[in-house]
Amino acid sequence: MAEYRITDTVDITDVVCPVTFVKAKVALEELEEGEILSVHMNDGEPVQNVPRSIKEEGHRVLKLIHNEDGTFDLIVQKA
Amino acid sequence: MAFTNEQLERYSRHIILKEIGPKGQKKLMQARVLIIGAGGLGAPAALYLAAAGVGTIGIADADVVDLSNLQRQVIHSTADIGRPKVESARDSMLAINPEIDVHTYYEYITSENISGIIRDYDFILDGTDNFPAKFLINDACVLEEKPFSHAGIIRFEGQLMTYVPGEGPCYRCVFKEPPPKDLVPTCREAGVIGAVAGVIGCLQAMEAVKYITGAGDLLTGRLLTYDALKMQFRTIRLPRDSHCAVCSGERTIHAPFDYELPSCDLKNR
Repeated sequence: MAEYRITDTVDITDVVCPVTFVKAKVALEELEEGEILSVHMNDGEPVQNVPRSIKEEGHRVLKLIHNEDGTFDLIVQKA
Repeated sequence: MAFTNEQLERYSRHIILKEIGPKGQKKLMQARVLIIGAGGLGAPAALYLAAAGVGTIGIADADVVDLSNLQRQVIHSTADIGRPKVESARDSMLAINPEIDVHTYYEYITSENISGIIRDYDFILDGTDNFPAKFLINDACVLEEKPFSHAGIIRFEGQLMTYVPGEGPCYRCVFKEPPPKDLVPTCREAGVIGAVAGVIGCLQAMEAVKYITGAGDLLTGRLLTYDALKMQFRTIRLPRDSHCAVCSGERTIHAPFDYELPSCDLKNR
């Protein structure tokens, strides 16, 4: 049982910094406060920077799921 | 309207900003800005607004590019000499950002055509070089209830202020009437440093971006002056004139009208 319900997902594996964060930020903008976004991102630079930038915007990072294929899913609750 | 990946990349430095964000960028992309004068002020303003992704930019100017323009009118190139400035400006804007729409007005802005032209826009930039045009733009914008950025430059100095309907004074509240002919030299007679046009034109673009996105405080009720030699900016608080001939309850100007241009200006037309 998931402890959260994902409202929307965004794939940022097709862009590079700083558009990775920008794309996630735009997707968060579409959500209502308290709703949850899953951000699909690559290992490396995105996973180092995007969670931090999202936290700096005041959103809540609930979980970072390490997938087996070199990607991550960041679960964010919109503030 | 969703952003494409290309748009996210093009405008990423805007979207990252808290004060702009995705919403502000969408506002810019839906905005319509008219620039009157494709000269020293209009050139940098047009380039930055095009780069910012302002969706529709109108540009009005009846002149062709002259060699003496190129010292400051950075939107035109040497190869453009002899071409209408509005065409050269349109090409430069679209070269930076092919996503935007540019409307050109290759004509003098007069009391006959100004109201119909400004009606289609959200914000107007006064980039003209003479007092009759500045009063005409002010009166028409007040009467059509359009916000606009006034600016002027000469030698090493520049000034600007922003008019928003219902907020603060209009240009006529402050300056009443054009100065007597020949009292104030034109740019052509007095000279101007190109970079002063750049500074003030960029500030006009900044005011347009702020008006559109709602970020920050506009130069309403304040005149900003720039002295490049002393490297000083000053802001002067300006009240509304409760007797203003165009924006007060005692309005005597009910339609735009044209002042006569000094004869030395007419000779060059």
